[in-house]
Amino acid sequence: MESSWSSLGGSLGSADPQLQRFMEAEVQKQRVQLLIHHMTELCWEKCMDKPGPKLDSRAELCLVNCVERFIDTSQFILNRLEHTHKAKPFFSQNLSD
Amino acid sequence: MDSGFGSDFGGTGGGKLDPGAIMEQVKVQIAVANAQELLQRMTDKCFRKCIGKPGGSLDNSEQKCIAMCMDRYMDAWNTVSRAYNSRLQRERANM
Repeated sequence: MESSWSSLGGSLGSADPQLQRFMEAEVQKQRVQLLIHHMTELCWEKCMDKPGPKLDSRAELCLVNCVERFIDTSQFILNRLEHTHKAKPFFSQNLSD
Repeated sequence: MDSGFGSDFGGTGGGKLDPGAIMEQVKVQIAVANAQELLQRMTDKCFRKCIGKPGGSLDNSEQKCIAMCMDRYMDAWNTVSRAYNSRLQRERANM
């Protein structure tokens, strides 16, 4: 999905700059959609015990918190990797070898 | 998106690409792909939730469970989507 979309955008974009911008925007939208699908799956597993006749407020709050914490987790992981990388020049040096 | 774009992509057979037609077709293809993604995941989730030991057919309680599961999964998708977009807006506002 990802690579074919990118290459498609590239090949079509050579014909028309308007089309190129359009394809780039659509690819970005698709990334967001896939992330939402992924988070829905994860948060469904965490928050939905037995599906009832309505989405109760406890489950809804859990879903919202789940999304927020997923994003916080992603940011934490990226931030920590960045700092670890800077704090350990030896590790960094090894990595670049 | 397995089938990719059909041979009629771009409209007219004259070989010249019509950007407007291409854009419209891309949007439709993406909408179909998203619907398929959702349906595939919902089917998997609801099967896991509602079907214990598979019997000779879907019994009434299984069908009722699947129906409720589908509705709740759509609710969950909507809630997640709203929460994500709300978070994006807050992040942008703080930049």
